[in-house]
Amino acid sequence: MEEKKIIYLDNAATTPVRPEVLQAMLPYFTDKFGNPSGIYSVAAENKKAITLARETIAKTINAKTENIYFTAGGSESDNWAIKGIAESLGSKGNHIITSKIEHHAILHTCEYLEKKGFEVTYLDVDENGIVKIDELKKAIRPDTILISIMFANNEIGTLQPIAQIGEIARKAGIIFHTDAVQAYTQVPIDVEEMKIDLLSTSAHKINGPKGIGFLYIGDNVKMHSFIHGGAQERKRRAGTENVPGIIGFAEAAKLASADMKERTSKESELRDYLIDRVLTEIPYVRLNGDRYKRLPNNANFSFQFIEGESLLIMLDMEGICASSGSACTSGSLDPSHVLLAIGLPHEIAHGSLRLTLGTMTTKQDIDFTVDRIKEIVARLRNMSPLYEDFLKSQKHD
Amino acid sequence: MYSEKVMDHFQNPRNVGEIEDASGVGTVGNAKCGDIMRIYLDIDENRIIRDCKFKTFGCGAAVATSSMATELVKGKSVQEAMEVTNKAVMDALDGLPPVKVHCSLLAEEAIHAALWDYATKNNIEIAGLEEPKNDISEKD
Repeated sequence: MEEKKIIYLDNAATTPVRPEVLQAMLPYFTDKFGNPSGIYSVAAENKKAITLARETIAKTINAKTENIYFTAGGSESDNWAIKGIAESLGSKGNHIITSKIEHHAILHTCEYLEKKGFEVTYLDVDENGIVKIDELKKAIRPDTILISIMFANNEIGTLQPIAQIGEIARKAGIIFHTDAVQAYTQVPIDVEEMKIDLLSTSAHKINGPKGIGFLYIGDNVKMHSFIHGGAQERKRRAGTENVPGIIGFAEAAKLASADMKERTSKESELRDYLIDRVLTEIPYVRLNGDRYKRLPNNANFSFQFIEGESLLIMLDMEGICASSGSACTSGSLDPSHVLLAIGLPHEIAHGSLRLTLGTMTTKQDIDFTVDRIKEIVARLRNMSPLYEDFLKSQKHD
Repeated sequence: MYSEKVMDHFQNPRNVGEIEDASGVGTVGNAKCGDIMRIYLDIDENRIIRDCKFKTFGCGAAVATSSMATELVKGKSVQEAMEVTNKAVMDALDGLPPVKVHCSLLAEEAIHAALWDYATKNNIEIAGLEEPKNDISEKD
């Protein structure tokens, strides 16, 4: 039997490790296994390798090397940023501002803090998923200690006005954190220029390994140790370093930063081609998120009258990997909080499809995918009582 | 996640469609929760279900349970159709993941709603049949 080609369009979920990244990591599992805290040369060399990796990564966001703290990934970085500020500045105030469309690593951490007595304002977003700046300004109080707004949304790809928010926060003397897990190496990030105090990232979204990320902590931020123990990460995050992970992350960050312009312009072109084809060739569909202020690799659609999980299973049968914001894929009865926040009615949110392109995506892949989506959507609509009712109501009009 | 039978009924659903001038039609569920099932019954003068069709908006399990439910009631008398419970549908599909059990309940409710429609129109009584609570066509 001929092996079915897999078209992977879920790069916002995770990405494959680049071969160069894997090659860079491999020696650190075997020959270069030493604990970086050791005194002998195999250990000391690893300490040096980590410093170099930290330097490489710092440059990608215009940060100082010592402000990069390695973590186990995006969720840990988000947890550390939010809980860290709550703990260190909790005596100054107990109010936090975030948005309704953050990742659960932020939202659930905020909900946890609410139970501990903190007050959290969850800002609304407009119909494209952009935080309302007026609301942000109005939400600021004397006891606000933290503003946390994601750089780019993981579901609908919308880019936030980060520099503007950074300016507002800095003027008000409030710490500004941004979850940049989706944006890192997809759009230029400059922590100085954008006045970012804390920034979370993850390696596996940028063709690096899983289980490694970093939190940028600016000089002006006072935060306690997140994990107590040894002196690693300037005593703020103890534990023997994930040396292969750190090396792999730095290599992935270096490569992704170096080719960002070329790669993302190719991706945006393909993304626009995908969006145009879907919007012109399939009826009763909408694009979720801002048409232009969005990640170069993200497309998110809602197909009326059908449900997302059915669509995903049928795409999977064609070898296409994608994701959806439908309730059935989230394990709850509610569809995606992001799609509801941009004002979609439940039934439209249930019929959503997210396609996120990667370095390996080709125009042929997009053509094949759109052709299959067209067939599948038609098939599911043919089965849908909502579509039947809609057609009948059209006839009566 | 799904059994082979569920996948088979999802990929090749039986009895998709509408029946014109159906003896009974039932629609249950709501779009808010992401599942709507509609079942059409064609019932002859001996109260035997001659034909049964469905339309479903929902996940893979919702489509598969509707498909299986139509298979199970076809050829049965209206009274026998009452025995097509959610458990019977689930068993026939070799089980469902725990989060999808509600889909089989919806299938049972859809059959009951269609039978209720038939019973009301013909002014007959079917033992054990109660007025459907979930009929969205009446609620909205």
